[in-house]
Amino acid sequence: MSTARQKLESLKKVFMYGFLAVVSLISIFPFYWMFVMATRPSAAYNSIPPTMTPGDRLVENFQAVLNKIPFFGALWNTFVLCVVVTLVVLLISSLAGFAFAKFKFPGKNVLFLAILLTMIIPPQLGLIPQYYLVSKFHLLDTLLGVMIVFFLNPLGIFLMRQYISNSVPDELIEAAKLDGCSNFKIFRSIVLPIILPAFATLGIIVFTATWGEFLWQFTVLRDPASYTIQVALSSLNTTNNVDFGMVMSGVFWATLPLVVVFLMFNKLFISSITEGSVK
Amino acid sequence: MWKRKYRSEEQKDKISAYLYISPFFIIFAIIGLYPAIFSLYLAFQRWNGLGEMEFVGLRNFTIVLQDPVFWKSVYNTIVMGLMGTAPQLVVGIILAFILNQTYLKFKNTFRAMIFMPYITSMVAVALVFGVFFSNNETALANYVLNIFGLDPVSWKTSEWGAKIAISIMVFWRWVGYNTIIYLAGLQSIPKSLYEAARIDGANILQQLRYITIPLLKPFIILTVFFSTVGALQLFTEPTVFLGNAAFSRTEAMTIVMYLYRDAFNLQSFGTASATAIILLALIIIFSAINTYLSSGLGKKERRAKS
Repeated sequence: MSTARQKLESLKKVFMYGFLAVVSLISIFPFYWMFVMATRPSAAYNSIPPTMTPGDRLVENFQAVLNKIPFFGALWNTFVLCVVVTLVVLLISSLAGFAFAKFKFPGKNVLFLAILLTMIIPPQLGLIPQYYLVSKFHLLDTLLGVMIVFFLNPLGIFLMRQYISNSVPDELIEAAKLDGCSNFKIFRSIVLPIILPAFATLGIIVFTATWGEFLWQFTVLRDPASYTIQVALSSLNTTNNVDFGMVMSGVFWATLPLVVVFLMFNKLFISSITEGSVK
Repeated sequence: MWKRKYRSEEQKDKISAYLYISPFFIIFAIIGLYPAIFSLYLAFQRWNGLGEMEFVGLRNFTIVLQDPVFWKSVYNTIVMGLMGTAPQLVVGIILAFILNQTYLKFKNTFRAMIFMPYITSMVAVALVFGVFFSNNETALANYVLNIFGLDPVSWKTSEWGAKIAISIMVFWRWVGYNTIIYLAGLQSIPKSLYEAARIDGANILQQLRYITIPLLKPFIILTVFFSTVGALQLFTEPTVFLGNAAFSRTEAMTIVMYLYRDAFNLQSFGTASATAIILLALIIIFSAINTYLSSGLGKKERRAKS
């Protein structure tokens, strides 16, 4: 009886490990395949059975990418975009979160609800007028034109309010006030140091979302010199006779930095994304 | 004297508070509220983006609603939304359930691998899967089909080929994300509940049905809501996957692609704005229905129990 039960138990374990292994393989296979194809000539796609080992065209394929798109310029543009957007969103969100968590003022609840409601507006609704505004102010093909829309981040205010009201004690603020600290000084020297972990969480969320966003960047940036990496990569696939080795090389080198950063900080990464959605 | 000073302190706090929340509202007014209202206005105008606007009443809406391509895009969006997101719910819960087992080894490694697709950008995913699902008979996807004795599919130009390929890439990128959210939910369920159920003789399926699903419900509702909204906004994957055929073929054209094509390829900003408003309505309707349906999940069981 007990051996039958043990058998069933170990069968269950085998099934679970098997299922996890299969899903994990499917999850990481495209990363490996990306690398293989980035090192092979385009013709490798026609080989049967399919090529599964790296070849020797790593450099040539990447040179083809460099000839087609301003790869490093685009990567730099994306980097600048993400850093500026993240810093601005952190500043706006923490200030507003501080106000909503620790101050009393008329209309507080209504205004906070209004911020939450703005989350429902889909970005496509404003797409055309935003494009019109950006072109009116001659910001097409500029990073500033892209950024300005990403500065709007209601989720950030929500997260910061939660974090500040849970982790900054009222007594600390009261004490600082009795010492004659101004509100901004309290924010800078008391609130900011306490909420640094929340900055990491929100920063990761905003940075990755900005990095991967496509529709708006694709709409605003038409001049190759202004391309971000997403727009540049998408332009690799717009000719009829696509060089697959080149496309995969571009994708591989653009994805590699993300994979390295993720593997280094995967726990922080995963917990940030979870907190951002579940809170 | 003392009282007056106190009051002015309160006044100061109010001013600070309004000052601190003002950046959000200023930016919102310029790039959130104004564009939303402008869209609403544009939906009733005829405008090519340059010349004079002309009031046309509801004509933009009738043009869009009578356009078979629009309905095709609605159909495509719903079909790909269902195929791309519904299986995630099931697979995500199973994966989270397994990852939550106490005896499981290499938990963090499995978790990181399953989550990894989420860090790739949608553009990268669409390009990689675009090669995997190329039209060539020798494409890797066709090679796999061949192993099972099936005929090759021209993935980018066939009605179901394109939809299936796009659904698969959506599934691949998001299933790990949903798994992680369910896992967070599972970790909030006390282990003693399962022990008590096991003592009462409940098997693993019963545990899943009477403990896991009901207590996971808020997390399921959350992911269903996100998935619904995200699915209706599908744009990047099909656009990049189809490359320069994206706006000239209709096998995988989504509502947002239809909107984009109207605005930026056909310079018809009025009908594009009308489409945006129809899209907003669809998002509200579908997310309400799906949230309602998923919040009904597991209700019967609980009533039967109590």
